[in-house]
Amino acid sequence: MRSVLAILRKDLLLELRTFETLPAMVLFSIVTFVIFHFALNRGSLAGQLAAGILTATLLFAAMLAINRLFVAEREQGGFDAFLLAPVDRSVLLLAKAAALFVFLVVLEVFALPAFALLLLGPSLARSLGGLVVLLALTDVALAVIGTLVSAIAVQTRARDLIGPIIALPLLIPALIALARGASPLLSGHGRTFPQGHWLAILGLYDLVFALLAYAVFDFLLED
Amino acid sequence: MSADPPAIELRELTRYFGERAALRGITASAATGTTLAVLGRNGAGKSTLLRILATLLRAHGGQLSLLGEPLPRRAYVVRARLGYLGHEPLLYRDLSGRENLRYHARLHRVAQARVEELLDAVQMRERADDPVRLLSRGMVQRLAVCRAVLHQPALLLLDEPRASLDPGAEALVEPLIGRGAGLTRVLTSHDPKAALGEADLVLGLREGRASFLAEPGQLRPDQLEALYR
Amino acid sequence: MARPATTYSRGLPALALATVAALAAALALVFFYAPLDADQGFVQKIFYIHVPLAIVSLCGFVLGGIFGIWQLRTGERKWDMRSYVAIHMSLIFGIAALIAGSIWAKASWGHWWEWSDPTLVSFLIVLLLFATYQPLRFSIEEPERQARYASVFAIVAGAFVPMNFVVVRLSQGFVHPRVLTLTGGRLPGSMQLTFAVSLIAIALLFTTLWKFELSAKNTRMQLRAARRALLGDDAVRPLGRSAAPS
Repeated sequence: MRSVLAILRKDLLLELRTFETLPAMVLFSIVTFVIFHFALNRGSLAGQLAAGILTATLLFAAMLAINRLFVAEREQGGFDAFLLAPVDRSVLLLAKAAALFVFLVVLEVFALPAFALLLLGPSLARSLGGLVVLLALTDVALAVIGTLVSAIAVQTRARDLIGPIIALPLLIPALIALARGASPLLSGHGRTFPQGHWLAILGLYDLVFALLAYAVFDFLLED
Repeated sequence: MSADPPAIELRELTRYFGERAALRGITASAATGTTLAVLGRNGAGKSTLLRILATLLRAHGGQLSLLGEPLPRRAYVVRARLGYLGHEPLLYRDLSGRENLRYHARLHRVAQARVEELLDAVQMRERADDPVRLLSRGMVQRLAVCRAVLHQPALLLLDEPRASLDPGAEALVEPLIGRGAGLTRVLTSHDPKAALGEADLVLGLREGRASFLAEPGQLRPDQLEALYR
Repeated sequence: MARPATTYSRGLPALALATVAALAAALALVFFYAPLDADQGFVQKIFYIHVPLAIVSLCGFVLGGIFGIWQLRTGERKWDMRSYVAIHMSLIFGIAALIAGSIWAKASWGHWWEWSDPTLVSFLIVLLLFATYQPLRFSIEEPERQARYASVFAIVAGAFVPMNFVVVRLSQGFVHPRVLTLTGGRLPGSMQLTFAVSLIAIALLFTTLWKFELSAKNTRMQLRAARRALLGDDAVRPLGRSAAPS
């Protein structure tokens, strides 16, 4: 556990030092909102359309982070450094997934207000709590799948291309749950908390893939 | 003469990359506290052998045991007692030397005080807070040496350790990774003369196979030449 | 690297014969025995090829995942070979299933694609995922790593298949979807028989082709190994980059 924190701390420190990933993710999201405004020729969105746009934007911003997740390890010998340490291999999985989760949360802290400002018609105030729960579960899904796929992709030649094409179909079930679950929350007069079955789906998805990732991760690191 | 098991024991070690054999049938053994030098041309398999010893690669054939423990089964035990210095310094360029060493200290469960002790030993105290990318190659190599010995390993694996060091720095790292450290060492070198000077046993590799395994005193000049032809 | 002398070609001629016989029987049943559907008419008969293709394809993907598990557990490359062939056969069968399904949709509903059919949609997603299998393999040069990573992918993707089907089905809401399979409960006996025979025929076809491809690949590998052993490493030209296991 201490090792997980050590790696997490190192990654957050690196990000603070270089500011490579987070600003890009936030900027990307905001620009995407602007593009959607023009693409749809709408000033205000609500309900399913709003949920869909939010989902898609968060997803593509997440892809940026996923692509960069293991790059420092790969290019600066971080894998070797880790492999030489007397720690369990899955520590790296946990630490990187935690880092990705943190990045996603920070992204949402900026992107949600931007979304509410630029595109969302109805007020978020009532349903914010429910939305946060939904997003938290989705972030876990993104973190787990993102770390797994990133670890696979970083060792290949077509690194930036392979990651998204594998991750996107894999994430579809989670994204369905996010988009459909958020839709009533973004319609102003609808529910304030997502329907149980969407949360259950996300929970199940997170559990299954977290266990699977834990089981196979070792094989990605050994040589 | 001790009856201890040899610190390093290889038997018919083989490793493939695809269909090509990078190492084939390497057999050697080295006693505790001795230095084994591995010589050969580029591509002969020196770095591959070292990486297998460092548990970074698995052997595809043969047997290997380090410090009495069979690999790869007991790799997780051995790792804590190995120190590896490869071609890459294994340091994050955007973090400072101190931050890098502290990170490794945490991973290896070593006290932070040891980091300071080593920084002093290699005289890197003043530049310890500069990001690694701003340091010269020689300074980076000094930090890499610190990283390798941070956890006080019993076995050192050194891939061309003197490559980027200037003579002054060499003197600084000698007590840490040189003969004076009294540890079991495996080192590779491009410079046969220097390697022979500090080795107890020499292994010559040619195209993945062992050309010879002998003490430096018993080595014939033509054996050495054949290696580099 | 000693290669086990597994012979995939054992039993292959008998299997091929059985496949041809089953296919012939299935075709005969489809055209001459199965009754004409009241709503959709003759076009409905595509069902007998579309659904078996889909089922066999999905089973093939899951099988690929299981072979992947064995590859990781034993490290024997024959499992990776089996996994690779299973997955890429399933991809071909799956694309065929999708095309058949699309034709059926067009003929009976008027559009080439139907979002409200959860099976078709889930299938599309699964195929999109498995279509990345070969590019992934191709982008990893070192064969041992390629086998390992491909196995990890096969396992994760194999686990994904059932989860995906469940979630897409749920996402169609609780409105009864327009389903391409026959609604109204059980199929009449004659249709059941025809369907069963078609399913067996397609499954046999898959198995025969799978064995055949494995046999061909294995022979090639053994030949290379023999040449290498007899003539030395240099006599055998390196394979170069390839998505197929070597």
